[in-house]
Amino acid sequence: MNRSNAPAIKDAVEFDVLLKPYEKFTLDNGIPVYVVKAAEQDTLQLELVFPAGSWHETESLVATATNFLMKNGTAHHSALEINEAIDYYGAYLNRTCAHENATYTLHCLSKHLPALMPTLQAVIQEPSFPEEELAIYKQNMKQRLVVNLQKSEFVANRYIDKYLFGEFHPYGRVSSMEGYDALQTETLKTFYQRHYTYNNCRIFMAGNVPGNAIDLLNERFGKAQWNGNSHIVKPELPIQPAEEKKYRIFNDENGVQGSIRIARPFPNRYHPDFSKMLVLNTIFGGYFGSRLMNNIREEKGYTYGIHSQVHNFRQTSAINITTEAGRDVCEAAIVEIYKEMERLQTELIPEDEISLVRNYMIGAILGDLDGAFHIITRWKNLILNDLDEHYFYNNIRMIKEISVEELQHLAKLYYNPGEFYELVVI
Amino acid sequence: MIHYDKFTLENGLRVLVHEDQTTPMAVVNVLYDVGSRDENPAQTGFAHLFEHLMFGGSVNIPDYDEPLQMAGGENNAYTTNDLTNYYIQLPAENIETAFWLESDRMMSLAFSKKSLEVQRKVVVEEFKEHYINKPYGDVWAKIRELAYTTHPYRWMTIGKELSHIENAKLEDVKAFFFKHYTPVNAILVVGGKVTLAQVKELAEKWFGDIPGGEKYERHLPQEPAQTAARKLEIKAKVPLDALYKSYPMYPRSDRRYYAADLVADILGGGSSSRLHQVLVKEKKLFSNIDCYHFGSLDAGLITIEGKLVKGVKMEDADTAIKEEIRKLQSEDINERELQKVKNRVESMLAFEDISLLSRANNLAFYELMGDASLMNSEFANYDQVTAEEVHAETLALLDDKNSNTLYYYADNQ
Repeated sequence: MNRSNAPAIKDAVEFDVLLKPYEKFTLDNGIPVYVVKAAEQDTLQLELVFPAGSWHETESLVATATNFLMKNGTAHHSALEINEAIDYYGAYLNRTCAHENATYTLHCLSKHLPALMPTLQAVIQEPSFPEEELAIYKQNMKQRLVVNLQKSEFVANRYIDKYLFGEFHPYGRVSSMEGYDALQTETLKTFYQRHYTYNNCRIFMAGNVPGNAIDLLNERFGKAQWNGNSHIVKPELPIQPAEEKKYRIFNDENGVQGSIRIARPFPNRYHPDFSKMLVLNTIFGGYFGSRLMNNIREEKGYTYGIHSQVHNFRQTSAINITTEAGRDVCEAAIVEIYKEMERLQTELIPEDEISLVRNYMIGAILGDLDGAFHIITRWKNLILNDLDEHYFYNNIRMIKEISVEELQHLAKLYYNPGEFYELVVI
Repeated sequence: MIHYDKFTLENGLRVLVHEDQTTPMAVVNVLYDVGSRDENPAQTGFAHLFEHLMFGGSVNIPDYDEPLQMAGGENNAYTTNDLTNYYIQLPAENIETAFWLESDRMMSLAFSKKSLEVQRKVVVEEFKEHYINKPYGDVWAKIRELAYTTHPYRWMTIGKELSHIENAKLEDVKAFFFKHYTPVNAILVVGGKVTLAQVKELAEKWFGDIPGGEKYERHLPQEPAQTAARKLEIKAKVPLDALYKSYPMYPRSDRRYYAADLVADILGGGSSSRLHQVLVKEKKLFSNIDCYHFGSLDAGLITIEGKLVKGVKMEDADTAIKEEIRKLQSEDINERELQKVKNRVESMLAFEDISLLSRANNLAFYELMGDASLMNSEFANYDQVTAEEVHAETLALLDDKNSNTLYYYADNQ
C-alpha cells in the first residue's frame, strides 16, 4: 500500500442531489401547511411565518419588538406562565424577525405537541403587550446595545450595511438608544394586528409529525379568521448607497485588531448572475480552502479567519468580505484581498481547483440536505421567495457545469476593486 | 437508543461503528485523549496550537484539506480542557479518503517549520479576536485563576498568555505528538451509511500498522477542597458592571453530577428559571442572568453570570443572588420544578441526537469517559435523581464558603 496515493473517489458531481418533496395541507381557513416527515427521530419543528419583518415597519425597531414581545404576555397568561408552560415540556419557542418575514418556531418532543398547542395559540392569537414587559425589554436591549457597540465587528457590520443600502432603508437601518426609547405598546399592537393575521400565516412542519398534527393545527389555527383579514402591500423602498467608498474608523483607540469589511452591491437571487456568483464566491472566499483563506490566513497568518459571502436579501443583495485582522496588518490584508480579485480577473481558474470546488459544493449540499429539519428549511426559503424546485436544481446544474471562462467573465464584471466599499474599524 | 458496535485493533485503537442507512453521508470522528489540562504550566495553549498544526500536512500527504474537499468532504476540530476532537463529514461513497487522511496524520505529521510559524500567528489572532478585543473577553481567565489554585483547569484552552504560543518550538511539537497522538490514546468513531464489515476492513487496512504507542497515564495535581469564600474585584473598559459567582462541582463521572446539573438548571436555566424570574423580571437588578457549567471531566464549576442594570450596586445584586440561593436551600424541591428540568434534559438529549455528527461526537466522548453505552443510559441517570438528592446538592454545592465571586466593574473614566 502506498500511502502517498489517494484512494479512488467518486466525483461528487456524479451524485444525484435530490430535494425530497414536501406534503402540502390546507387548513379549513386556507392556511397552507408544508410538511416534511421523518419517522426515525422523536422531535418536531413547527414554524409559523408572517410578512412582519422590518421592511414593513414605519418606525425603527417596531417589527423586532413586536415579534419579541408577543411571547411576553397574553390575554390570560403572564410571561412567566408562558415560559413555564414551554419549559415544562422541554420545548423551545424561538422568535426571529428578519427583513421581510417574522417567525415563531416551536421545537419539541413530538409526544408533547398536543400539550403545547394552547400556549402556541395564545402567543400567536392573543398577545397583550404588557407595559411592564416593554419597559424591561427597552432597558435590556439598550444595555445589550451598549456592550455590542464596544465590539469592532458589530460596529463594522452596522456601517457597511449603511454604506450599501442607506440608513433609511430596512437593510441599512440600525438599532439605536432613541429607537428603543420611542417604542410604544400602541404601535406594537397596531403592527401586530396588521401583520399577524390568519390570511398572512404560512406553516412549515418537519420531523416526527404525529398522525393528528394537522387536526391539532386545524383546531387551534384553522377554524377562525383569527386577528382578521389584512392585505399587506409591500412598499417599494429604493436603496440609497453612500457616495464615498473608503472609510477608516476608530472605535477603540487601544484595539488590537481591525474589523475589515469590503463590500459592493450585487443583484438579488432572481438575476441570472446570482447562482453563478455562488460558485465564484466559494472559490474566492466561501470555504476553508478558498483563495482568501489560503493567502491571508494560511500563507501570512494575518487573521484567524476571512470569509466572503453573497447576501441573499430579497430586494437587492451584496457581496461582503469580512475579517478580523491584526491591527498593524489590516492595510496589508486589504492589498491582498484586491490582489486576489485581480487574479480571478486576469487568470483562468485551473482545472483541478474548479473541479475541487464543484465537488466540495455538491458534498456540502448533500450534507446540508440530511434530515427533515434541513430539508424543510430549503423548501421554506424557496416558497417564501416564490420559487420552486427548479431554482434549486438550476443551482446544482450551475455548480456542475459553469465554465472557467464564464467565471472569469463574472470576475471582470463584479470584482473591480474600485467598485467596493472599504472599511476598517479598530 | 443509539446503536453501535465496538472493536479494538491490535495496536490499541478503539473503533466504534454507528450505522445509519437513512443518510447518504458518513462521519469519521477521531478523538485524542489530550486537552489543555495535560499541558506544562509554562507552555499553556499548546494542545490547541497543536490542533492547528494537525492540518499542516502529514508524513505522506502534503495537504490535508484539498483531497478531502475533492471528495466532497468538510472537516473541523476543537480542543477543550479535557480532549481534542477531529471530525469529517463526506458522502459515504468516499469514506476511504477520510481513513487515508486520518491514519496518515496519526502515523506522523510533516512537522513543517512554515506551518508552525504561520499557525502561531493565526492562533495569536484567534486569541486577540476572542479574548482581548472583546468586552468581558478576559472574564474566564480571571475566574479560572480565582477558583483553581492547583488543578490545570486554572488556565484556558487558548493559553494563559500570548508569549506561551509565540515561544512554541518544533521539538515541543514533535514530543507532544509522539506522546499523545497514538492509537492507544485515540478513539475512532465511524457513523452513517457504512457497515461494520466495511469499517473493520478499512480500519485494519489504514490504521492497523501504526505503532500503538504508550498509554498516557494522567496524574494531574488535584484541587484541594475550598475552605473559604474568595473574591476578586477588577475594573475594565466595559460599559456595564457584571457579576460572576462560581462554585466547585463534581467530576463528570461522579454520581452526584446529575443532581448538580439539575440544580444549575433550576436556578438559572432558561427564562422560567428562578434567577431570571426574580432578578431580571421582578426586582430588575440584572438585564440578564444565567447559571451554567461546562460538563468538564474533572471537577468543574457551576457559574452564575449576570450583567447589572445601570445604577444597581454590586453588593445589592450579590445579596439578591445569595437570597435566591438561600430560598432554594431552605425549601423542599417542588416536584413540578424537578420534572421540568428533567424534561428539559430529555428534550436536549433528543435534539442532540438528530445530527449524525453529534451522535458520533458523543459516542467518542462517552467512550472516553469509560464506556460508549453510557450515552444510552444518560437520561435514566437524570430521571432517577430524587428531590431529596437535589435538595442535598443545593446545600453542598452552593455553600457560601465554596464561592468564587468576581466583581467586574465598568471603568467609566
